[in-house]
Amino acid sequence: MKIKMTVLLICFFVIGLISWQQPDLKASIERGQKVYETYCLGCHQSDGSGVPRLNPPLSKTTYVTGDKKKLITVVLAGLDTEIEINGEVYNNVMAPHDFLKDQEIADVLTYVRNSFGNKAAAITPADVKNVRASLTKK
Amino acid sequence: MKSKFSLFLLMSLFLMHVSFAGDTTKLRKTVKVPDEVNGGITLPAGFNAVVVADTLGVARHIAVDANGDLYVKLGRVKGGGGIVRLRDKNGDGKADEIKTFGDFNGSGIAVKNNVLYATSDDAVFKYNIVNNEVVNQPEKIVQGLVNKRQHASKTITLDNAGNIYVNIGAPSNVCQTSDRQKGSMGMKPCPILDSAGGIWQFKTNVAGQSYNNGVRYATGLRNVVGLDWNSEVNELYATQHGRDMLFQWYPEMFNQQEGAVNPAEELFRLKPGADAGWPYCYFDIGKKQKMLNPEYGGDRTKVGECAEKVQSIVQFPGHLAPNAIVFYNGTAFPEKYRNGAFIAFHGSWNRAPEPQAGYFVVFVPMKNGSPTGEWEVFADNFAGAVKEPAKATYRPCGLAVGPDGALYVSDDQKGRIWKITYAR
Repeated sequence: MKIKMTVLLICFFVIGLISWQQPDLKASIERGQKVYETYCLGCHQSDGSGVPRLNPPLSKTTYVTGDKKKLITVVLAGLDTEIEINGEVYNNVMAPHDFLKDQEIADVLTYVRNSFGNKAAAITPADVKNVRASLTKK
Repeated sequence: MKSKFSLFLLMSLFLMHVSFAGDTTKLRKTVKVPDEVNGGITLPAGFNAVVVADTLGVARHIAVDANGDLYVKLGRVKGGGGIVRLRDKNGDGKADEIKTFGDFNGSGIAVKNNVLYATSDDAVFKYNIVNNEVVNQPEKIVQGLVNKRQHASKTITLDNAGNIYVNIGAPSNVCQTSDRQKGSMGMKPCPILDSAGGIWQFKTNVAGQSYNNGVRYATGLRNVVGLDWNSEVNELYATQHGRDMLFQWYPEMFNQQEGAVNPAEELFRLKPGADAGWPYCYFDIGKKQKMLNPEYGGDRTKVGECAEKVQSIVQFPGHLAPNAIVFYNGTAFPEKYRNGAFIAFHGSWNRAPEPQAGYFVVFVPMKNGSPTGEWEVFADNFAGAVKEPAKATYRPCGLAVGPDGALYVSDDQKGRIWKITYAR
C-alpha cells in the first residue's frame, strides 16, 4: 500500500514536472522558429528537407537528434567538412553562428529537435554556454 | 477503413510474394520500365521523349559520340563505375547495353574524334576509343585543380583546335573574409581568382598539365556549370550560377520577392581574357544592369567598376541554376532551333520561403552567336508535383545533341536519361 502511494506520488510529481515544463518548451519552440526563419531556412528549407549534395537535411539524422554538444558545436563553429547523411554527401559551407545569443541557439535547436518529424530533448541556454566556453578555451 | 485494411493485406501478400520469389532480375526489370508519356516530362507539340535509361544514380553531364553511344558522368561512383556508356542497338532510343567504368566521382564529360574526356573534382582524364570500345587506360591530362568541395564540379567543353576548357568554380559565395557569414565584407582583390572563379584552357594532347601550363581564359565567373563551344561562331559560351543570400543578408535592400529573383543567372559569350565581374558585381534583375555587390559597398544604385565588366547576353531569374548548355547543331528539329541554345536549369533552393522555380529545359533562339528573341520553356515537369530540391522527382543537369539530331537530357536526382525527338 505504502509502495503504491509512493509510486502514485512520483507519478504526480513527474506529470506535474512535465506540465510545468511544457509551456516553457512550447515558448522555446515558438521563439526558435523565428530564429530558424531568419538564419537557417534559406539553406535548410522551410521543412528542413535541405538541398541534395549541398545543404544537409535536418530530419532523420542523429546530427540533429543525437549528441547535444555536437549539435551546438555545429551552430557555434560552423561546418566546413564533408558530411554524409543516409548515404548522401553534403558539401556546402555553413558559417559560424556564434553571434547568436545562448538563448537564441537553445531556442532554435529545441525547435529543430522538435520539428520536421524529430522528437528529442530540449536544449537549454546553459548547455550552449558550456559548449561555447569549451570552444573558446581551445 | 475496411478497404484500407484489404489494401494493406493485398500489399503485404504482394511484398511477401516478391521477397520470397528470389528472382531479383525480374523484379528490377518490372520496376525499370516507365509507362508515363514522354518519360514524365512535358514538351512542345510534335516532340516526343523516350527514357533511354533509368536510376543510373547521380547522372551529371552527358556526351554523345558520332556513333550514337551516350556517355554519362556520375557524381558518385555506382557499382564500381563513375562513367556509364549507354548503347542503343535496335534504334528504339532505349539503351540495350549499359557498361560502367572509371572509378572516380565527377561531373564533366566530352567526346570527340575517338577520344573521351571525363573529370573528377580536381583533374581531367582522357580515354581512347578504339573500334567503338573505350580503352580503359585513362591518361591524366590536367591535375591539381582547386577542390574545396564547394562549387568543385569541373565541367568541360572542346573547341575545334585541340583545346579543352575547364570550369574551376570559386569555393566561395562572394569572396567574403569569412565565407557565407552574414555581414562579412568582400576581399579586394579577391585572392580566389588566381586559381578559381573562371574557365581555364588546356591542350587536349598534353599529359600532366596544371595551372602553370594552362591559360586563364576567362575570369570573374563564380560557378559555371554549363559551358559549350559554339562552332557556328567559334566561341565559348558559359552559364553562371549567381550568388546566394541577397534577401537573407540584406533585407533592407532586397525584399523576399526581390531576393528570390536576384541576382540574375547569366549566359555569357566569352572572348579570351574576359572578366565577368564576380565577386565584385552581380546582375540586378529589376534594374537590368550589373551592379556592385553589397559586400563591396553596393547599395542597388552604385555601378562602379561593373560598367567595365563583360556583360551577359541573356539573363534569367535568380537561383534557377543553369547546369548545362548545348547549341543545337542538328537538323532534325524545326528551323527555329538551328544554332540556338538549350539550357537545363537544375532548379532553385535559395528562393525559400518563396516558391522554388526552374527544374526545366529552356530554349534561346540564336543566330550568329547572338540571341534573336526571348527564351522559352522547352521541356518541363521534371520536378513533378513539388518544386523543392529534395522532393523534386527529377532535376535536369546535363544536355547533349546526338548525331541524329535528338536532344538528350540527364537527371541527377535519380539518374534518368531522356531522348527527345521531333516527329513532325
